[in-house]
Order: sequence, then structure tokens, then C-alpha cells
Amino acid sequence: MRLISEGFSQALHLILGLDPDLREAAWRTLQISGAATIVSLFLGAPAGVALALSRFPGRTLLVALINTGMGLPPVVAGLFVMILLWRSGPLGELALLYTPAAMVLAQSLIALPMVTGLSLSAVQSLPARLRVQIRALGATRLQLAWLMAREAQLPLLAALMAGFGAVVSEVGASLMVGGNLRHSTRVLTTAIVLEASKGKFASAIALGLVLLALAFAINLILTRLQQRGRT
Amino acid sequence: MTTLNFRAAALLLALAAGATAARAEGAPPPILLATTTSTQDSGLLDEIIPPFEAASGTRVKIIAVGSGQALALGERGEADLLLVHSPEAEERFMARGAGLLRRRMMYNDFVLVGPAADPAGVRRAAGLPAALRALHGSQAAFVSRGDDSGTHQMELALWRQAGRSHPRERERYLETGQGMGSTLRVASEKGAYTLTDRGTYLSLRPTLSLDVLFEGDPALRNIYHLIVVSPKQGPRVNKEGAVALARFLLSRVTEARVAAFGRQRFGRPLFMPDVEPFGPGADPGGDRGAPHQ
Repeated sequence: MRLISEGFSQALHLILGLDPDLREAAWRTLQISGAATIVSLFLGAPAGVALALSRFPGRTLLVALINTGMGLPPVVAGLFVMILLWRSGPLGELALLYTPAAMVLAQSLIALPMVTGLSLSAVQSLPARLRVQIRALGATRLQLAWLMAREAQLPLLAALMAGFGAVVSEVGASLMVGGNLRHSTRVLTTAIVLEASKGKFASAIALGLVLLALAFAINLILTRLQQRGRT
Repeated sequence: MTTLNFRAAALLLALAAGATAARAEGAPPPILLATTTSTQDSGLLDEIIPPFEAASGTRVKIIAVGSGQALALGERGEADLLLVHSPEAEERFMARGAGLLRRRMMYNDFVLVGPAADPAGVRRAAGLPAALRALHGSQAAFVSRGDDSGTHQMELALWRQAGRSHPRERERYLETGQGMGSTLRVASEKGAYTLTDRGTYLSLRPTLSLDVLFEGDPALRNIYHLIVVSPKQGPRVNKEGAVALARFLLSRVTEARVAAFGRQRFGRPLFMPDVEPFGPGADPGGDRGAPHQ
């Protein structure tokens, strides 16, 4: 019990004192997971919308694959990216392993199916007449996609939140491809693993609280956007 | 309007990420140091690596894994310099020609730790083999690293020397497959025994309920070597960087830092420097011309 209460009080000290390591880990987390979420948004949302509005052979198979990908275990994504980025691997020349870019890549891979799949179902859940109506008004395919996406913006924002939530809390892939390097690829989750194995529970608790606060803050912003869009 | 705001925020984040990536360009190529978890978990590397980075302007990427995995990374040319403690595996590595050079850097020792009550009677044992046999014969549990690290190799060798294999029962022999810190924590929580390097144990002791129960046997000496990976192992091995870092780690400056590390917090150093000179002709700095010892 004493360890827990001491841990929390020291953690609060670290947070209120704006401990530099803590601040840095939080900032990196925001950068890396933010970038990965944006990458997955720009690739996943158009893909999801397009997939929702089109019919072609093999579509069901593709949708099933994406739905499976929504449950892609992060360590598998990490392993895949790591093999690609090995010095001796196909993309070894880029020297990307153990860099923030590698983490963005792995996290994008984790978030992409999630954003694609949720965007797909967001657009698909719109009433079918809407589509007929827009088409009847003479919209081009691109205009149709844009209008449908606008109609579905609430669930699309939910897709974004789910993507961000998945990558910001992820640790396996980040450790594998980032290497948990101080001042470079040490994010909140990997720092928690390290601090806990070093027996520094206060730092670990502080990092955990900051991670929760960060996830909450981002979701609060997105939720406000989403709910404002309601009126 | 809201979409616009959001897009602006997204753009800013993307730019920030890009800026971080761009900053790394133009610097000398980073050095990949693959090392054991004990040097990282104890905090030693945070003490001796940053001065090198500051002096040389070169980034050192530290990948803390077990010695076995570090050697495997070197073998495939995925690391440039290794700091490891698994002498037999290291010799095999050198014999295969995978390493350019291998130099002793420091040592500490292994200790057997366990619950203070010592149900297996390890404390009373006359000698290390007897201590392990006492463990084997008792009902007590033993936690093994199980990760092919230097410590794991040492543990297996000690069981062999004691003429016993490790306990076979699943509930008595727990393999964590994790670093020393996590393994000590498991042993502590389960009231089990384990073999640990003294450095990691001392740095974690305040949070563990484990005592040192056996120590001091010459067989428990834990020697750390630096190995510069041969450029033959892969096209992108950073030999120049590895040699420069190795030279720095074998210099008197680092030696003094190692000897001082932990003295204040634990009353004794966690690692003893025991430096093998870098070698003739390879030391233009001349700060270590005379043979050591």
C-alpha cells in the first residue's frame, strides 16, 4: 500500500514539476501517434468511402480482409515492419529501423484497417435513398463520395478516435521497430515498460497518468468537434 | 469551419513529425550498440554513452537485449558494436570471423538471490555446486531468464557444473524470457530464487523482497566484452563508428565513470572496470599506450 501511495505522490511531483523526460515522452507520443493517425486517415478514409460506394468482384473478400485487419495484433504489424526495415531487408537502404519514422509506419499499419473499416461502415450505414437522391441531382462520382463522407462525418470522427486510441496505447510494435531509444523513439508506453523493469514505479505511474490524460484530451477535442457537428 | 480547423491541426502535426525526421539528416551515421539488459536496467549506459555523443556528434542507438540476441544481431550485421557477457558464445562468434576485435571492458559478479527465509538452505551450502543441489532438492521455485542471455547461459552452465539439471517441474522452474529487471520482479513476487548480476539487483533492491543468499565464488564472475562487428557481416555495418565508440568506452575517462557509477547510491560500484588495451597502432590518442596489468 505504501508503495502505491508513494508512487502516486512522486508521480504527481514529476507531472507538476514538468519533468523533462516525461514531457519529452509525451510530446513524442503525440507526434508519432498523431502522424500515424493522420497517415491512416488520409489513406483509410478515402479507401473506406470508395469501398462503401463501389461494387466489384472480390469486394466481399477485401472487406473481410479489412475487418480482420481491424484486429491486427500490433506485434505482428511490428514484426512485419521490422523485417522490411532490417539493414539486410528489402528497405534496409533507408536506414529507418529504430527511428520515429519506423514507428509511424508500424502504427499507421495498425490504424489503417481500423480507419478504413470504420469509414466503410460509416458510409454504408447512411440511408440508401440519400445516395439515389444525390445521384439524381446529377452529382459526379467524386461529388457523391464527398457528400456521403460529409453526411457520415460523425462516425468518421469516431473512426479517427478509434485509430488514435489504438496506436497511442500500443507498445509491442513500438518497442520492436523503435527500440525505445531515449530522446528519439521513447514514447509513453515504451517508457512505462522500461521504468517498471527498472523498478522506478513512480516514473511509471506518472507516465501512465500522462498517457491517460493525453488520450483523454485528444478524444475530448475530437468529441467536441463531433458533437458540435450534430447541431 | 470545424473541418477546416481540424485540417489545420492535422497539417501542423504532420509538419512537426517531418521536421523531427529532417533534423537527423547531415549528422554522421548513427552507431547501433546491441547490449545486455543489465547495462541498461542498471542505468550505466545513461552515464557513459551521452558524453560520447556530445563529444563526437554521433548518435548511439542502444538496443538492450540479451547477450544471445545481441550476438545474433551482430552476426547478421544489424548492429555495429556489442557489449555482451557470454564468453563461450563470444568466442564462437569470434572464431566464425564475425567480429573484428574483442576487448574486455569491465566485470561484476553474479549472485544467487532468494527469499530472506531461504527455505532451500542455500545460505548454509558449502560451495556453489552444493547451493544449487540444495535448491534442486528442495520444493523452492527458481526463476530463469530463459532468453539465451549471458545470465541465462551462466545459469545453465552452473546447473551443469553442479551435476544437476534445473528443476523439471513446471511450477518450480519459471522461464520469463524477459530482462533481468522483470525477472527479479517475478522472483520477488513469487518468493522464488534466481541468478542475477549484482548491478541490476542492487539498483532494484529497494523494490524487491530478495536477499543475496550466495556470492563470492570465482565461477560467478561476470565479464563484459566489447566486440566490433566485422563489416563482412552486412553491407551497412558502421565500422568506423563502432571503433570510435569502442575506443571511447575503453578510455580512461570512461573507466573512471564506470568505477564511480553507483558508488554514491549503493555505497559500492556496480561494475568494476577491467580494461584490456585497445591494441597497438589502433590508439592514435595515445591515452592508453602502456599495456594494462
